This record gives sequence, structure tokens and C-alpha cells, in this order.
Amino acid sequence: MSLIRLEPRGQASQAMVYLTPPLAVVLTLMSGFVLFLLLGFDPMKALHAFFIDPVSSRRGIGELIVKATPLTLCAIGLSIGFRANVWNIGAEGQLTMGAIVGGGLALAFYGHGGWWLLPLMVIGGAVGGMAWAAIPAYLRLRFNASEILTSLMLTYVALLLLNFLAHGPYRDPDGFAFPESRLFEADAVMPILWAGTRVHLGAAFALLAVVGGWVLIARTFIGFQIKVIGLTPAAAGYAGFDQKRIVWLALLLSGGLAGIAGMGEVAGPIGQITPNVSPGYGFTAIIVAFLGRLHPVGILLAALLMALSFIGGEAAQIAMGLPKAITGVFQGMLLFFLLASDVLIRYRVRFGARRAVA
Amino acid sequence: MESSPPADAPPPRLELRGITKRFPGCLANDHVNLVLQGGEIHALLGENGAGKSTLVKMIYGVLHPDSGSLLWQGQEVRVPDPAGARRLGIGMVFQHFSLFDTLTVTENIALGLDNPGPMAALANRIRTVSERYGLALDPDRHVFHLSVGERQRVEIVRCLLQDPKLLIMDEPTSVLTPQEATKLFETLRRLAAEGCTILYISHKLEEIRALCSRATVLRGGRVVGACDPRQETARGLAEMMIGSELSTPERPPQGATGAARLSVRNLSTSSDNPFATNLKEVTFEVRAGEILGIAGVAGNGQAELMAALSGEALIADPAAVRIEGVPSGHLGPRARRALGLAFVPEERLGRGTVPELSLSDNALLSGYASETLVTGGMVRFAKARAYAETIIKGFNVVTHGHKAEARSLSGGNLQKFIIGREILQRPKLLIVGQPTWGVDAGAAAAIHQALIGLARSGAAVLVISQDLDELFVLSDRISVLFHGRLSDSRPTHETSVERIGLLMGGLFATPPDEDGEIARAL
Repeated sequence: MSLIRLEPRGQASQAMVYLTPPLAVVLTLMSGFVLFLLLGFDPMKALHAFFIDPVSSRRGIGELIVKATPLTLCAIGLSIGFRANVWNIGAEGQLTMGAIVGGGLALAFYGHGGWWLLPLMVIGGAVGGMAWAAIPAYLRLRFNASEILTSLMLTYVALLLLNFLAHGPYRDPDGFAFPESRLFEADAVMPILWAGTRVHLGAAFALLAVVGGWVLIARTFIGFQIKVIGLTPAAAGYAGFDQKRIVWLALLLSGGLAGIAGMGEVAGPIGQITPNVSPGYGFTAIIVAFLGRLHPVGILLAALLMALSFIGGEAAQIAMGLPKAITGVFQGMLLFFLLASDVLIRYRVRFGARRAVA
Repeated sequence: MESSPPADAPPPRLELRGITKRFPGCLANDHVNLVLQGGEIHALLGENGAGKSTLVKMIYGVLHPDSGSLLWQGQEVRVPDPAGARRLGIGMVFQHFSLFDTLTVTENIALGLDNPGPMAALANRIRTVSERYGLALDPDRHVFHLSVGERQRVEIVRCLLQDPKLLIMDEPTSVLTPQEATKLFETLRRLAAEGCTILYISHKLEEIRALCSRATVLRGGRVVGACDPRQETARGLAEMMIGSELSTPERPPQGATGAARLSVRNLSTSSDNPFATNLKEVTFEVRAGEILGIAGVAGNGQAELMAALSGEALIADPAAVRIEGVPSGHLGPRARRALGLAFVPEERLGRGTVPELSLSDNALLSGYASETLVTGGMVRFAKARAYAETIIKGFNVVTHGHKAEARSLSGGNLQKFIIGREILQRPKLLIVGQPTWGVDAGAAAAIHQALIGLARSGAAVLVISQDLDELFVLSDRISVLFHGRLSDSRPTHETSVERIGLLMGGLFATPPDEDGEIARAL
């Protein structure tokens, strides 16, 4: 008999469901304070360098939006799948395929571009991501293979493919054998939305995805079907909802959005194809989706927060000489505190054995 | 601390004093007192949710009382867990069995004993006990071969091997045919005659009147009465149980029946699941204006038949199932609903409704097409809310409105909501599984009246149920499902519970009017 037990509470408080994400942020900051103290840094200065300095300039806020863009795009798509119990873990791979196809179009039409090239690249990026997500969808419906495994494994295939292309076919012929493509020409680059920053058209796509995601979930019959399938698959079968269609929809949608995010990276802040398109946006988007409670507006806020952890980590490395792992530590703490608070709002902790034996 | 009883009278086998148990949001037992004498068969009577199961789980050590005391043969004891209860001499046969399908009878029993000893010796003990109490059982058979009645015998023998002084039976006959129930009663009477006390939980009044010498009635967690059930009428017991007068549904004489709304021809299924019951050439039809009842013990193909009729399982031969004459075996639930089918599944929470969603969302769940709650892919939430309110008003669903989550409703109210949701869609054909299982008597009467009203207004109604009393109240004709085969139907007024009971035991071929001992046809 264990000494600590979890007892279900009658009903989770609705207010706490929305309060736990901010609570998790506060706990993360407090733990960060202690962590910096133990490491021998001035904690106030370190936290300032991590969380405040990066966003105290226009350029800094711009960078925040640039990083939040792919996170939001990926997380909106993932959240719709998660609601329907479709566990796409491979947004990173779908993002990479979007970059490969969208960026490939930029290279294929290099020197022959026109106004049509960028829209074509957006479509290409979406198709690339959708095609990559279609594989787990088919495998799940045909062979009942878990999309958690297949989508994750396909991520590594996509990353290796990108590596191969950057070292081979996509390599800049005048680039002294560096594993990089040509810089995209002007027709193949996302227009800048906010002068003086790198905020690009992708940010508008991300906002559009937030609004579209909300309409889909809250207003449409498809969204209702997704909700029912996620909560009670048997009731969905009883009502005659086509679960295969929802699996396809969830994976194609999340793959397409991730593909657009990847295309936006190579045609935006990067401006060319390199072996490293993403610092793990596709994986971080999983945290973003849950931190945002799978709600589009929550996801937008969570994406901004996680973007801050990326640029804050970089800033703290430069300003204080902190190790690179600090970004991962903060992201991990945030997810940990969120999940822990989730457990505590559903269960109550009881200490001691069940009851003294007579 | 308690004064010991006078020396001349033996102390009661078990006495409960002021037992109270509270769950979050519900007082399950409120100062319950209960006295069980040695060798008596004592009924614990009450509706679903009255607190019967909570009380016996505390006796058996599965739950623990918040306050109150438990006296075992005059000594105050605590029952820490079921093993502790077994050491005292308390055995319990649960409503849902805990047996491993792929193990033998002996192996299953050994798993439930605290010190089983060598297998061969155990098998011999099983044979001895089962012969002594007339519980025919082969220790070497695998459980998946056994009928439900035989599985129950395994559980009973497992208890008897420990020489219990108190045996708790939780709704034991809900899975038995009437004949199997009669045999069980003989066993229980023999046990009681040998001095074993039996606490018998049920809401079936006739069997309590036949079997028990005392009854304690629970309502809303409190003891509301005690009586000798042999001196009471079934109606009197029911009114004690529900605390108000019982209304019985009226079934006006059946008018002329119309065209076949549902016709099933040679419906057979095959499943990869070795424990599923395949349907074998099931053939029947339901006509406009009538109610057809399908009786049978659970696990004889009801789930498979329900799935094949609702469209949740597709049938290779489209013509095997015709709705309004249209071959529909290959159609999914949505297309079948478009033909006029409405459907009330056996599982109310988790199939018929989504527990976490509001009643208006649950109204949308099956009403989206016929009530046009969706236009251009967008949900018309205002209309769905209005539809939910119409159901709540029209069917007297007790709830605080359309925003209430489905899981917050009691079983009876939820079932009224589901039946209302389906009936208000004006179906041409309604299929209902276990319409009043676990539903309080008041709600059950309302549901029965609604089903009869629907049929008399010209719809065809098919009721699949294990409750024979219910089928005799509702049905114009009755068939029996056994091992995936369906018997020919008989008009209700030309048959009897005994005849249907024999069919439920599989005696399709034998003329069902022979009396006496008849072996199970397997």
C-alpha cells in the first residue's frame, strides 16, 4: 500500500482549468530563480536577461513574433487532431517537408520567378506537409499502426532528406560546396509586414489559422464531430460520424499548416535552404498546444510564451554565458508544472495508508 | 464499549449500527441499521441508486464506512479489505463476474482463494461442493465455454469453498433464465437450512417474495422500512421502494398492423473476436403499429444484433436488413436514420450520449439530420438548445436545463431524455435496447407508456431486453435470441413467462409445454 494516493475530485473547477497555465508560468519563474541562485548567478539579473531584455526593443518584439509564427501554425493543426484523439507527433517532419517542397519550387524557378511564385510556394509547402502527414493517416486506417510512432519516425526521414538535399541537389552551385542553397530571389521571399523587423506574411497566416481554428472547433459540425470522437468514440459511431474522415482531416490539416510554417521559415527569416530549418518548432508546438488548452486563443498566447523561451535562452547565453540547455530546461519546467497542476485540479493528494487495519 | 447481548439469545450473525457513507456530492448511506440472523435469507430491496451496493461493499470490505459500527456475531469488527471479510466468513457473488475466459474453472477458483492448495485436490473439492448443492460444474472446462449461469456457479462455488457464514448475492438473477433462477433458489434455500445467512440484493419483487423471509427497504440511502415480503404484495413492496404510488402503463389493444418497416432475412455475422456471438440466419420483421420484443440472456448475440441493425457494423449482404423495404445492410447509421430509423442503445452514457457534453450538444448528437440542426456545415446552436428544451419538457426530464452535462442526470432521467430525443424525430422505426435497465420504476412506467404510444401512432418498435416482465408489458409479439439464433415470434397473449424462459435456455426444438426437469440444450 502506497503512502501517497490520488483521490479523484468530484468535479474539476472550471476557473482552475484556465488558471493553471498562468500558475505554471509563475512556478517556472520561481524555480528559475532558485536555479540561477544555485548556479551562482544573480537571479534577478538572469531572469531579466532571459525574459525582459529580449522584448524591450521593437526588434526584439519582432523576433518574438517571428518565432511564434511557426509555433502557432503547427500547434493549431496539432490541437485539432489532439481533440479527436489523433496524436500527430511529427509536425517537425511535416514542417521540414513543407520547407523542402516550397523551397524546392523557389530553387526550381530561380531566375524565372514572377508574382505567382510565392503563392505557388505556399501551396507547395502545404502539399508537402500534407503528403508527409498522409502517410501516418493511411497506415493508421489501413493497418491500425499508431500514428504516434509513424509520424515521429517519419520526422527523422524528413530531416535526413533535407540534409541530403542541402548537401546535394539543392546546394548553391556557386557556394564553394557549403551545404546551403542559393539565397531565394525577391519573388520567392515572404513580404515583411512590419518595417524594421523580420515579421513576415506567415504571421498573418498564423492569425488566420487561429481564427479559422476557432470557427472550425466552436461553430462547425465537423468541429462537433471532432469533439465527440475525442471524448467518446462509441457515441460517434452511434451518431454515424465517419471517424476515418476525421482522421484524414486532422492529419492533413495539421500537416498542411506545418508545411506552410516550414515554407515560411525558408522563404522568410532564413531566405534559403540549409540543413537546419527549424530549432524544433514542430516538437515545441506539442507543448504549445497543451499549454494553450487546445484552444486557438490559448495557443496563440502559449506560442508567444514559448517563443520568448527560445529568444530568452539565446539572449541569456550571450549576455550571461549560460549554457544552451537553459532553453530546454525552461520549456521542460513549464510543461512539468502544467501537467502537475492538471493532476492536482482533478485529484486530491492523500497521505498515509488507506485505513488502519484492525 | 457495547453491552454484550443476553446470554440466552445468540447474537445476530451481523449487525450494522448507524452506518454512514458519503461520496463527493452524495450521501450514499445515512445511518443505516441492519440485523441479519443466522440461517435467514434476507432481502435488501431498493431502486438503483438507493445505496444497496454501497452498503454491501462496506460489509465486504471494498469500501469503508465514514461512521457507524459493524458487529460480527456480537463482536465489533473492522473489515479492512475483502480478504479480511473472507477470513471472517463473508462471501460475495458480484453482479459482474471477475473470471478469466481462457483459464479453467479450477484455475479461476484457485486465483480467488487465499490458500488454494494443490490443483487436483482443489478440483475434487469443487466437484464435492458443486454436487452437494446441485451446482453442476465441470472443474476442467475453460470459462469461455460456459454459459452465464454456469459462470455464476463458478463464483458461488468459489465462495462456498470457504464455508461462508454470510453469503452476499448482488442481483444474481439479472443474467439468468427463469429456470436457472429457480435452480439457484433451491441452492440458496439449502444453504440457509444449513445455517448460512444470505443477504439477497434485488429489485425483482416476485423472486424476493418467493425466496426471502425478511426484507429491508432502502430509499435514498436510508432504511425506510422492514417487512416480511411473503406477507406483502409485489405492488406494496414496489411502492415502499419508490415511496409513491405506482402507475402501470396502459396498452390499448393493437389495431391493424401495417407494412413491414424492418425486415431482416437470414442475417448472419462473423467476427474476429473469439468471444463474440455470431448471429446465425436471424430472420424477423417488425410492422407498422406493433412492438416486437426480443428476449434473451445477455451475451447471446444482442450486442451483435443491435450493431447490425443500427449500422455500426455493416453487413455484407445489403438485402439482409431492409428498412422501409430499402436494402440497408451496407448503409451506415447516418443513411439508416435518413430512412426513418431511430435507435436507443443499451449503453446510455458513452454511446447514447457523450457524458461530458451538455444536453443540447447531446440533442445534436442524433438529431442533427432530421431536426435540421446543421446548415451549410455550421451548427445551429440556438435551434439545438430549443430542441433539447422541447425534449426536457415533453418527457419530464428532471434537470436544471439544457446546459446540464449528460453525466449529471440520473439513469432514469437520462433514459427519458434519450428516448424523447429519438421519439421526437418522428421515426418510422425505433429500435431500443434495454429501455429501462437500472431505471427507477416511475421513469420506467413513463418510458413504457411513450414506447406504446409511439407504436400505436403507427411506428414500428423493436425492443431488445433481458427483462421478461418488461417485454410482457410492452410487446405484441415476443421472440427469443439464443446463441445467435432467433426463435419464431409468438403473440404475447398466447405465451407465458415459462415458455419464453425455456426458449431463453435454448429449447427451440422441443415443444415448450413439457414440464419438469429439462437439461440445457447446448
